[in-house]
Amino acid sequence: MSDAILRRASTAAAQGGIGRLAPLGLWMATALLFALLPLIFRSGTALTVLSLMGIAIIFALSYNMLLGQTGMLSFGHAVYYGLGAYFTVHAINWAIAAALPIPLIAMPVVGGFAGLLFAIIFGWVSTKRSGTAFAMISLGLAELVGSSSLILRSFFGGEEGVSTNRTKLLRLFDWNFGPQIQVYYLIAAWCLLCMALMYALTRTPFGRMCNAVRDNSERAQFVGYNPQVVRFLAFCLSGLFAGIAGGLASINFELANSALFSAVQSGNVLLATFIGGAGHFVGPILGAVLVTYLQNMLSDVTEVWQLYFGLLFIATVMYAPGGLAGLIMMHGPIWRAGALAGLLAAYALMLLPLAAVAVGAILVIEMMTHLGVKAAEGTIMKMGGISFDAKSGLPWLLALALLAGGGALARLGWGYLAAAWDRAQGIARDKGLTQ
Amino acid sequence: MTAAQQLASVRVPALETRALRKNFGPAEIIRGVDLTIARGERHAVIGPNGAGKSTLFNLISGLLLPSAGDIRLDGVPVGGLPAYKINRRGLSRSFQVTNIFPKLSVWENVRCAVLWSKGEKYTFWRSVDANPEIAARTQQVLSEINLSTRKDLPAGVLTYAEQRALEIGITMAGGANVILLDEPTAGMSHAETERAVDLIRRISEGRTLLIVEHDMSVVFGLADRISVLVYGEIIASGTPAEIRGNAKVKEAYLGEEAH
Repeated sequence: MSDAILRRASTAAAQGGIGRLAPLGLWMATALLFALLPLIFRSGTALTVLSLMGIAIIFALSYNMLLGQTGMLSFGHAVYYGLGAYFTVHAINWAIAAALPIPLIAMPVVGGFAGLLFAIIFGWVSTKRSGTAFAMISLGLAELVGSSSLILRSFFGGEEGVSTNRTKLLRLFDWNFGPQIQVYYLIAAWCLLCMALMYALTRTPFGRMCNAVRDNSERAQFVGYNPQVVRFLAFCLSGLFAGIAGGLASINFELANSALFSAVQSGNVLLATFIGGAGHFVGPILGAVLVTYLQNMLSDVTEVWQLYFGLLFIATVMYAPGGLAGLIMMHGPIWRAGALAGLLAAYALMLLPLAAVAVGAILVIEMMTHLGVKAAEGTIMKMGGISFDAKSGLPWLLALALLAGGGALARLGWGYLAAAWDRAQGIARDKGLTQ
Repeated sequence: MTAAQQLASVRVPALETRALRKNFGPAEIIRGVDLTIARGERHAVIGPNGAGKSTLFNLISGLLLPSAGDIRLDGVPVGGLPAYKINRRGLSRSFQVTNIFPKLSVWENVRCAVLWSKGEKYTFWRSVDANPEIAARTQQVLSEINLSTRKDLPAGVLTYAEQRALEIGITMAGGANVILLDEPTAGMSHAETERAVDLIRRISEGRTLLIVEHDMSVVFGLADRISVLVYGEIIASGTPAEIRGNAKVKEAYLGEEAH
């Protein structure tokens, strides 16, 4: 018996050795990816979007320290993002005016400290409560700071905000941060650092107790921890990283304005985190990348991109509450059991009917938008390179046929997919890879 | 420590309540409870449903604030302190309704209960694996509650009996000197109850145990002393033999079962 335990402990230790090296490899691969991305996506737009993604990743991960790790739903996380941005812009302007030898790369630290400071102040009040009360207080504080930003003009610069010039600071290695590529690398470096730090935080005693408080805050008290202190610390550290993200945003735009504080900004980070999956560390990273991509690319394609964005969010909440990361992780045991191929075939079969439903729905939405919003331009519209009359019967008939036909086929295929899923799960269970 | 000090420290009860009262509005649930539990004693509280046994536990462990009276842990007053401070002073409890961290793994459940006792507090600048004592103690507790092979599963998917064992594991993991168990065998089969009693006997070795239990065979088999709580008052306290022979107890409680 004790021999068995010892053996298991020694194998566990051996695995621990490899286990400790594997993440290091993953981080190095991520660093390499960040370094190479601008060489793969060379256009100016791509560089801009990549920069925004880096900022969004830090912001979403900082938000998930609250939502996913500690179980705190905040509606006002943009407060710390926005304040981080303003303080960074003022710090840059001040450093330029006083000719201080501070390089641009250090400036996000100012944003981080601002986020931390205000998280200490506001968190002192809001983390005394949890659940719905905490969510309501966060909403109130966001309103408070948002409206102050329009009143205190000397600091917040009113409607137009405060602008700066990121190229006027002390130069290191002759980088002036004028070209976007240099800003991209600045953001990528900070993004990597923040990702690593936030990941490391989850592996500390405090990080473990965040999860415990999320799961059962009452029980946490009876193992010696004050849930209020855990929530407060999580809130402060989350504010720190949100402030860094805000600082980077202000460097990227060379501007801080009240839009950074807005409820839209607070809502976006919630949506990105949730769509990506709050239950896994990689979830907010995936969510930030996807949402940033959609916001920048979809808005070029359609005017009602926010509608599609909303539909995506609703679909996630209803059908994949674990988010993208949850969906991917579900397939882990099946993949390890070697049963993924059969399942992928079932997915491929479902692809056609679901695509038909999606095209039908998009057609209906776009025709309605065209007739309702752009009536003045006439009824002729263009989609996918084809011009047609939105008031004629044929496009509508086609859309309805795609919806109905695709829907019927999807229903038929659903049973087949469910059976394939059960079969794959069964194989994984037989191999002892899942419960 | 001199002999006299040693004698004095033995004399100070591990846990003591004096004139303890609790009322919810006009309803008085605990009505002046005096309870003295010596160091190393296994003490059972029995009584009919609604006698206030769980409320008494909630007062002692800090989940509820007493309306009046004293609670002393090793002679130090702890009444009115928050639950986490009482826990840090060496009193740990389990719950009647399983109260674990359902989404965390079994290993994480126990480790969370070990952290504070190993001096980790709210440490966020050091890995949880930095102190090997934490993993060692966690593994030791898991072996004692026989859940080593289940350590990677989320606690929520364990069987009922396993969750009850985990509940006891979380309670003892921090090395508290005084352990309160609230109906640890409730809802268990006969065989499961036997295993649970065995576990409780082992983990309470050298510690002070206060237990609420409905199963009389468990109570009389385990306890050194028994207190009978009826309508918020202790009507008798004594050895199992004394309680068995007490006329008031027979009338108020055991008598009902004899019918």
